[in-house]
Amino acid sequence: MMFEVVNMSFALPEMFLLGMACTILLVVAFFKKTGASLAYGLSQITMVASVVLVYRDMGGLEGLAFSDTYIRDALSNVLKIAIFLINIAVLMYSTSYLKARELFKGEYYVLAVFATLGMSVMVSAHHFLTLYLGLELMSLCLYAMVAMHRDSKVATEAAMKYFILGALASGMLLYGMSIIYGITGSLSISAVAAAIQTGSLDNTVLSFGLVFLVIGVGFKLGAVPFHMWLPDVYQGAPTAMTLFIATTPKLAAFAMMIRLLVEGLGDVQQYWQDMLIMLSVLSVILGNVVAIAQTNMKRMLAYSTISHVGFILLGIISGTEAGYAGSLFYALTYAVMTLAAFGMIILMSRRGFEAEEISDYKGLSQHHPWFALMMLIVMFSMAGIPPLVGFYAKLAVIKSIVDIELISVAILVVVMSVIGAFYYLRVIKVMYFDQADDAYEIDAPTDMRIMVSANAVAILGLGIFPGTLMALCASVFS
Amino acid sequence: MEQILFYCFAGVLIFAATMVITVRNPVRAALFLVLAFFTSAGIWLLLEAEFLALTLVLVYVGAVMVLFLFVVMMLDINLSSLQEGFTRYLPLGILVAALITIEMLAVLGASHFGLDIVPSPVPQPDDYSNTKAIGLLLYTTYVYPFEIASVILTVAIVAAITLTLRDNKSRKSQVVSEQIKVRAEDRVRVVKMDSVKPINDQESAS
Repeated sequence: MMFEVVNMSFALPEMFLLGMACTILLVVAFFKKTGASLAYGLSQITMVASVVLVYRDMGGLEGLAFSDTYIRDALSNVLKIAIFLINIAVLMYSTSYLKARELFKGEYYVLAVFATLGMSVMVSAHHFLTLYLGLELMSLCLYAMVAMHRDSKVATEAAMKYFILGALASGMLLYGMSIIYGITGSLSISAVAAAIQTGSLDNTVLSFGLVFLVIGVGFKLGAVPFHMWLPDVYQGAPTAMTLFIATTPKLAAFAMMIRLLVEGLGDVQQYWQDMLIMLSVLSVILGNVVAIAQTNMKRMLAYSTISHVGFILLGIISGTEAGYAGSLFYALTYAVMTLAAFGMIILMSRRGFEAEEISDYKGLSQHHPWFALMMLIVMFSMAGIPPLVGFYAKLAVIKSIVDIELISVAILVVVMSVIGAFYYLRVIKVMYFDQADDAYEIDAPTDMRIMVSANAVAILGLGIFPGTLMALCASVFS
Repeated sequence: MEQILFYCFAGVLIFAATMVITVRNPVRAALFLVLAFFTSAGIWLLLEAEFLALTLVLVYVGAVMVLFLFVVMMLDINLSSLQEGFTRYLPLGILVAALITIEMLAVLGASHFGLDIVPSPVPQPDDYSNTKAIGLLLYTTYVYPFEIASVILTVAIVAAITLTLRDNKSRKSQVVSEQIKVRAEDRVRVVKMDSVKPINDQESAS
């Protein structure tokens, strides 16, 4: 049997991540007292170095490796850098949270680095098998992270729900993949695309498998009607874990959707387009309307995530390069905005006070005007108010569906985002116009304060100068 | 002959799988799962995947399920609470299951997967080694997914230990080195006392 010797340098970031994850595991095992701090430092170094490793070969080293199971292209490079960069902030925020609550353990960082490896594998998968294994690697780490706070009943319940529904979704995805394999005879994404292009396949079976793929992706993204787990998990999990599962895994799920639906089954776009329109419209409606009734900040952000997922799907629906670029732009800005929102919750909280309720933010502007301003930027951006980056993201995806003349969907989505503005503005109203019950003490460490401020300022900066990121997203798909 | 065998195995498999999720006793459920593994191993044998069939029996039945039985027996599971809501959701569940089955039959029947569309594979020669073929593919073409699978197993161990091990302060374990180092004078204190207390002290104290 002939076998081509693999070009290892393609997967250098993944190999580095794996090596570092194992190193951190050993460090945690051997240094009992200082293990957690060492693990934190090492995982931050890992993230920074991984960014460098991806950035170094950007543009130059592209193509398939490992018998076509691995791909390195512009999409994977951009998403990997985004994932690693966002994880730096995620780890910093969550460390501040964990330290205050005796949850500061080295295992968290081991799982975080392994989860990052899983995302990285997903992002550059060119084979159903790799995609699935990457997804499982990531999910397994996330389940364990949510369950880590074992004394908390709600966290355990959230972990249980997340695990069972996640396993169900993986099963659906796997079944869809097996049907597609049965009809195309291959698991490689380009081979599947080539088989579909011949047009000799049985379309009934193909769309049957496709339904299961869409369900699996919908579950992982949290689109309606596969959103049930999302509010409970977001609310029940400790905020540090919610922060982790709300940001970068969504980018990985976005990559999964692009790889499966656009690259693999792009030629049967008319089949998945209708399904995605349903998912997207329902997500935007339900997410925005139900969020109005929430009094818990984390739960409200969960419903806001559902509506953001609806927007991300819009760009995919359009089926154009501009639409995909808009979706990518939306997914990236969603991750940055959610990062800042949960970062603010962690910043406000301290031991014994979670700052979860919206009423906890009463009169924040009187005591901490700077952080109230930061929160204002985040909320305005999520509502999609110019000149913040959330506006350009919404504009890009809505423009893409107007271009394919789905005017009714576009109008509905705009109306819904106006309704959605209500609950974002309510947070701002509570912060600026309500009287504080008692004086706040924010005892977050300095690095955390600086990072949250930088994060919110980045939202403002990207909003004023969206061109660079926009052009980067556009270059990925052209 | 082969068809009869297949339908026997498939029938028993479906029965066993249904029993796994419906029987009340978790030990019985685990034993039905063993039966399900055995019958699916039989189906794999019919598919000429001998190595995988044997691995399924050895690994899942021999190791995983035995371990699972131990765990089930050690846990004190409240059976009555497990049954709550079962009958309440049963009609809806049956309706959904029936609908999905009909839809799947419509798509996965002979009209779409018949022998004229998907021809049966050519039988391999007698000296063909399944194990060798899997080994070759596993360490060459699929080395990358194979490595990721091993990472997943590592994470499973890490996650399991993280969730179960805690430094329990109330755990009563022996520290042998400290026991050996103990000297008599650390443990026993000899106090010199008068056998009779002077009366004067007692009076002044009261």
